[in-house]
Amino acid sequence: MMTVSEMREEVAGTDAAIAVRLHRVSKLYGSFVALRNVSLTLPAGSSVVLLGENGAGKSTVLKLVSGLASPTYGGVTVFGERPQSQRGAIGTMGHATMLYDELTAMENLTYFAQMNGLGESRSELEHIAASAMREVGLDPALTRHVSEFSQGMRQRASLARVLMAKPQLLLLDEPFSNLDIGSARGMVERLIAYLSEPGEDGLARTLLLTTHQHELARPLAKTTVTLSGGQISLIEGDDAVVAGTEVTA
Amino acid sequence: MSYASIVWGHLRKDLRLELRTKDSINGMLFFSLLVVVVFALAFDPTSFPTIARQISGGLMCVAVLFASMTALNQSWARELNNHVLDAHRLSPSPASALFVGKAIANFLSVMVVELVLAPVFIIFYNLHPLGDSWKLLLILPLGTWSLVVNGTFFAALSLRTRNRETLLPLVLLPITMPSLLAMIQATTAVLTGDFEPTLWLKVLVAYVVVFTTICVLLFETILNAD
Repeated sequence: MMTVSEMREEVAGTDAAIAVRLHRVSKLYGSFVALRNVSLTLPAGSSVVLLGENGAGKSTVLKLVSGLASPTYGGVTVFGERPQSQRGAIGTMGHATMLYDELTAMENLTYFAQMNGLGESRSELEHIAASAMREVGLDPALTRHVSEFSQGMRQRASLARVLMAKPQLLLLDEPFSNLDIGSARGMVERLIAYLSEPGEDGLARTLLLTTHQHELARPLAKTTVTLSGGQISLIEGDDAVVAGTEVTA
Repeated sequence: MSYASIVWGHLRKDLRLELRTKDSINGMLFFSLLVVVVFALAFDPTSFPTIARQISGGLMCVAVLFASMTALNQSWARELNNHVLDAHRLSPSPASALFVGKAIANFLSVMVVELVLAPVFIIFYNLHPLGDSWKLLLILPLGTWSLVVNGTFFAALSLRTRNRETLLPLVLLPITMPSLLAMIQATTAVLTGDFEPTLWLKVLVAYVVVFTTICVLLFETILNAD
């Protein structure tokens, strides 16, 4: 019988210890090449910020890793499997809030808690949703619909939707856009707290984030990957974190 | 969490959204009532009771069919706002539960319209069914479900196309032709009492079983299409 630490060591030596692997990935939208032969390996526990100009391929990387899109060439794995089979382990926050405008934040979060299988009874789901709202600084008793929220409140509600499922891999696409400095820093602090908590199976949580506001994301970034014209042009930070990455300069 | 409770979660959400926005129901009611009134003005149904009985089944189906088109497109359009559909695609819950929940919500909306429409039809067209009128309680829900289940599926299929409002009727009408025919014939049989609607009811049941199964099985592929 193996001990828990032995099991963790064994897991660490397998694909499960690799949170994300892109192997020679190219993505074409019609004739437009969004990504060109990109390889990137992110071990579990890494915090990577993707930088690049508009159209560099940042959002495409997140779409491929989340399973919302499939690569035209190459392969993408998340914890050693296809992204589509790891849906419970991936939390995605995109440009849009992915919330219903005509529902309250509490109704939205209770609904998505149910869809993510986070609880059995109605009261349990509501408790999870209320806790998630409090964690991002929103009052669960708010009766306003999401459409009546400020942009900052909408972003926080969206973050609550993602974090309440306690995903092992967080994918955030421009999470600070349209936020004032105070709200953005609050979000960074919440993310740092979330990433410092241990995830399931003893593996640390992994973050992949795209932003134009590099300064804001600096406290989160152990590694910075810069994309240019659909290729990785620069990697800065912890070399071990991005071991196995091929850089096309 | 059971499949049924996930379906119920989707259904409750869709009904709540519809009650708050009334996007679909208002359009459907207006359109279907317009069809009834225009045809009642076009000829005098009270002077020709036999003709009224013969054509009112078809008229009712036309009103329901075209009215439900607007609702079907609308029901998926709200999933595109704020990219909520992507949240569904990323969710670990079964995709078919989303489809079943939405199909039931659409079915209930169209049935509400039919409940409003039926007495208006009876009054405007002075209808007195000569067959077993209780059979309408089977024909209308079955016919409506056959329209709605296909409509919900093909509305999802055309969701990412540029002209989805145009595309849906083009795809849906040929597919639902057998069930439309069965629904019209069975309704006419009940209203005129000239023949038994049993055969057409069987066709409707077979159609509903086959197409509901196909739509449920294929929906995940449609939802996750790149």
